[in-house]
Amino acid sequence: MTLLLSFFLITAVLITVFILMPLFRLISGPTIPDRVIALDTINTYIVAAMILYGAAFQEIIYIDVAIVYALLSYVATLYIAKYIERRAKDK
Amino acid sequence: MIPFISTFVLSFFAYLFLTASQGEVLKLWSHYEIFAGIIIALIVAIFASQVLFQKRSYRLLNPYKWVLFLCYFFGPFLHALIKANIDVAYRVITGKINPGIVKISPQLKSDAAITMLANSITLTPGTLSVDIDEDNNDLYIHWINVTDLKPSIEDICGNFPEWVRRIAE
Amino acid sequence: MTILTIVLFLFLLIGIFFNGLGSVGLLRFPDVYTRLHATTKCTTFGSIFSSLSVIIFGFYFWKASGDAKFGVLALHTLVALICLIVTNPTGSHAIARAAHRSGVMPKRAVIDELKEANLK
Repeated sequence: MTLLLSFFLITAVLITVFILMPLFRLISGPTIPDRVIALDTINTYIVAAMILYGAAFQEIIYIDVAIVYALLSYVATLYIAKYIERRAKDK
Repeated sequence: MIPFISTFVLSFFAYLFLTASQGEVLKLWSHYEIFAGIIIALIVAIFASQVLFQKRSYRLLNPYKWVLFLCYFFGPFLHALIKANIDVAYRVITGKINPGIVKISPQLKSDAAITMLANSITLTPGTLSVDIDEDNNDLYIHWINVTDLKPSIEDICGNFPEWVRRIAE
Repeated sequence: MTILTIVLFLFLLIGIFFNGLGSVGLLRFPDVYTRLHATTKCTTFGSIFSSLSVIIFGFYFWKASGDAKFGVLALHTLVALICLIVTNPTGSHAIARAAHRSGVMPKRAVIDELKEANLK
């Protein structure tokens, strides 16, 4: 049991560390869609890490937050994509 | 009336799924939770019954199609997903790419079918749906390893259009 | 117990590998569309496996100990996983469409039929 919980914790920490790589792309990305992709990837990592933290600390509220976060980040991605499209059309 | 009832049942089941813990009913829910769930689902159904079935086609309510969808999801789709990830792993490590954007016409009509096909194409080997021609539902697909400039549908996504036609149309 | 440990360990290992591969692909590929290939497929697949290990863990201990907490853990993880599977490809589709309409063309492309089609 404690061994499994430590597995979950180690995986969650590693996925949290992986966020640094998209963060580099988010800062340096040559075009705006590159930055949006990096943001979307960071959101997916945060949801995956939140599920694993919830399992590791036996806190169900973390997973509820992960559900809401996944849906809200999806809406945010769609909104930014729509904005880029509209701006290109108006130009 | 059918949209109202199906929205009510759907939101009530979503509520039951999210609130399952301890209680008297089947050892999962308490009576108060069920009561509150019925009231909340009624409110949702009154306000959102126009959202689900905008084109008045009720074919998706057939339970046979749900079983077919599960067969599709755990059969050909999962197989293609695993193959796609091994393919992407190979391309990330070696860096061999030969990209291009090609067009296919799967001849699907309903919105649900074309959404399902586009999502399946995005998660299967080497392909990513980019844009759609809304007049005749042609899909424009970014293909990471172009072997044929005028590809057939089988080259891109196998027999997925037939599955999708059976499930969602 | 040991079989459960080994299965969960393997699933978590697959999850870590593909999640890491997604971000390496994001740094390594040359343009927007190929980066989308790497991130969408690999992060979805990796998250499916890491969440699946949590679901198996929850259902196993729900059966073994009868504590409803584990069952709730598994059910809510299942809901989060379904949300992730449905929303991830749709979001990447929206980004690809917006990128092409705002004038970011694929690099090293051998064919671009979308540019020739000239949609409104």
